[in-house]
Amino acid sequence: MDWFPLYNSLRVASISTFLTFFLGVFAAHYIAKTPKVLKGLIDGILTLPLVLPPTVVGFFMLKLIGPYGPLGSLVLEKFGFRMTMTWYSAVFTTTIISFPLMYRTARGAFEAFDTTLLYSGQTLGLSNTFLFWRVVMPNCKQGILAGTVLSFARALGEFGATTMVSGYMPGRTAIISTTVYQLWREGNDALAYKWVFVNLAISLIVLIAVNMLENSYKQPVGVAKDHFEYEN
Amino acid sequence: MSIYVKIRKKFGNFVLNTEFEADNEILALLGSSGSGKSMTLKCIAGVIKPDEGRIVVDGETLFDSDKNINLSPQERHVGLLFQNYALFPNMTVEQNLCSALRRCDGQNNRKERLELILDSYYLTGLEKHYPGQLSGGQQQRVALARIMASDPKIIMLDEPLSALDSYLRWQVERELAEILSKFKGTTLYVSHNRDEVYRLCHKVCVINGGHSEKVSTIDDFFNAPSTLASAFLSGCKNYSRIEKQSNDTFQALDWHANLKSAVSIPDDATYIGVRAHSVLPFYDGDESQNKVTCRVLEVRNDLFSVAFTLLPLDANPKNEFGLIRMELPSFKGETVQAGDIMAVKIPEDAIMPLLKRENYRKLKD
Repeated sequence: MDWFPLYNSLRVASISTFLTFFLGVFAAHYIAKTPKVLKGLIDGILTLPLVLPPTVVGFFMLKLIGPYGPLGSLVLEKFGFRMTMTWYSAVFTTTIISFPLMYRTARGAFEAFDTTLLYSGQTLGLSNTFLFWRVVMPNCKQGILAGTVLSFARALGEFGATTMVSGYMPGRTAIISTTVYQLWREGNDALAYKWVFVNLAISLIVLIAVNMLENSYKQPVGVAKDHFEYEN
Repeated sequence: MSIYVKIRKKFGNFVLNTEFEADNEILALLGSSGSGKSMTLKCIAGVIKPDEGRIVVDGETLFDSDKNINLSPQERHVGLLFQNYALFPNMTVEQNLCSALRRCDGQNNRKERLELILDSYYLTGLEKHYPGQLSGGQQQRVALARIMASDPKIIMLDEPLSALDSYLRWQVERELAEILSKFKGTTLYVSHNRDEVYRLCHKVCVINGGHSEKVSTIDDFFNAPSTLASAFLSGCKNYSRIEKQSNDTFQALDWHANLKSAVSIPDDATYIGVRAHSVLPFYDGDESQNKVTCRVLEVRNDLFSVAFTLLPLDANPKNEFGLIRMELPSFKGETVQAGDIMAVKIPEDAIMPLLKRENYRKLKD
C-alpha cells in the first residue's frame, strides 16, 4: 500500500491550518472592532466559502489562478511555476475552504472576551501587543483551539475544490479523499476500504481532541487559605 | 496631587456631562446605577474618549478636546479598579502583580518590590494561586496591589465592594479603608451606597442622569443636601412641594400643613425633605406647631425598628410624594394599626429645604 496520500493529506492540512490560524485570528481580531455596516459586509464575504458548494469555489479559483487566469498567468510568467495541478494547489483551496471556520470561532471567542481585562491592562501601562498575546489569546484559547481543530478536520476532508484545482495524480497530488474516489471508480473496494478506515481513524482522533479541549479548559477552582481569616 | 475633570459625551439619548475637581482626598461619585459614574471613570482612564472637555491630573493634561490632546491609557498613569477586579485569570497572583511591575526598571529591584507588595497586602503564600482560587476579598487585595504596583498618580475605584457578600463586605471595607488612608494622591470612589460613602470618603459629588452636581463635604451632604437628587441619594425618604410664606414658614403642599423651619428657606427652594427617623409621634402637650395629622397605611415591624407609612389627611398623592414615612427604633405607645388616625411631629430642625437641579447654578451666581 502506497502511503503517499496520507502523507500528502497531512502535509496539506497542516500547512493550510497554520495559514488559516493566523489569517483567521487576525481577521477576527480586526473585524470585531470595525463599524457595524462594514462588519456585516466583510463578514458575509469571508464566510461565503463555508456556504458555497466547494465546486463553485474551485471553479472561481481555477478562473483566478489557472494558467490562463489573471493571477495564475502572472505568477507563471514572473516566477515560472504553476499554481494549479500541484500538491501545494491543494493548500490554496483548503486554506480558503477552512478559513471561515477558524474566522468565525475566533471571532466568537473575541466577542465573548471580557473587555475590562483589556482596559485594566492598558491602565496598568501594558502594551497592546503584550495584552493581545498574554491576556486576550490565553483567555480565548478554548475557542481558538476549537477553531484550529475544526479547520484542520475540514482541510483534511476537502474534496470538491481540491480535486478541481490540484487534480488526482498518484504520488504527486493524491490525497486521501481523492484516492478513495479514484479507487471506487476503479472498483478497487479492498483498498478503498483501507483508506476509508484510515480516514475514520483520523476523524475519530480529531473529534476526541475537540471533546478534550472542551472539557479540559477550566480554571483551577477551590478556595485558597487566607491567613488573614485564620489569624482573627 | 489633584484632578480636574470636565467632560461631555453622548451615547444615543444619554448625555454624560460631568465636572468636578478634587485634591488629595477621597471623592465619592455617588449616583444610582446607569447615571454615568463608571463611564466617567473610563473617560478619565482613557479607555473611552469623551466628545469634548478637559481632564487634568497633577497639572498634566490627559485630555483636551480644544488642544487635541488625548493620551493613551498607558501614558496616563491612572489606576482603575474594576467592579469585577479584572485580574488576568490565566496568570497567578505573582504574574498578575509582575505584569504591573513591568514599568519599573531592573530585575532585582522588581523582585524586591514584589516581596514588599505581597507582604503589605497580606498576599504572602498566595503567589502561586490563580484568581479563580481566591475569595472575593483576596481578589480585591490582589487587584489593589496590582494597581498600586503600577505607581498611579490617582486611583479610581468602581463599586469596589458591590461584588462581595454582606458577611465579607465589612472586613474588606476595613482593609480598603486602611489601604486608601496610605495612598497620598487623589482617590475617586464610585458607589451607589451612601453608607459606604459616609464611612470611607471625604467629599461627595452626586451624579444624576449623567449630570454632576456641586462637590460637597460629607457632613454637608448628609446634614444639609441642597438638591432633590442629593437628598434622594443621601437616603432621605419624605418630600413635599412647598409654598414659601415667610422667611422660615411655608405651606407643605403635599402634606396640607403649615410648617415652620429652623433654617431660613431660600427663595428658590421648591421642595423640603425630612428624614424618616426625624419624624416623631405627636403627643398631647407638644408645643410644636409642626403637626401633621395622618391616616396610617401600613405598620411594618423590622428586626430592630418599626416603620410607619402615613398618608396626611386631605392629601391626595399621585405618587410617592405626599406619603410620610416614620421610622422609630421601637414604639411604646398603644398599638397602632393600619387605618388608624395618628398625628406626627416634623421637628423644625429636621427640615431640609431643597432646590431642583436647574435652580442650583442661579443660587451660586
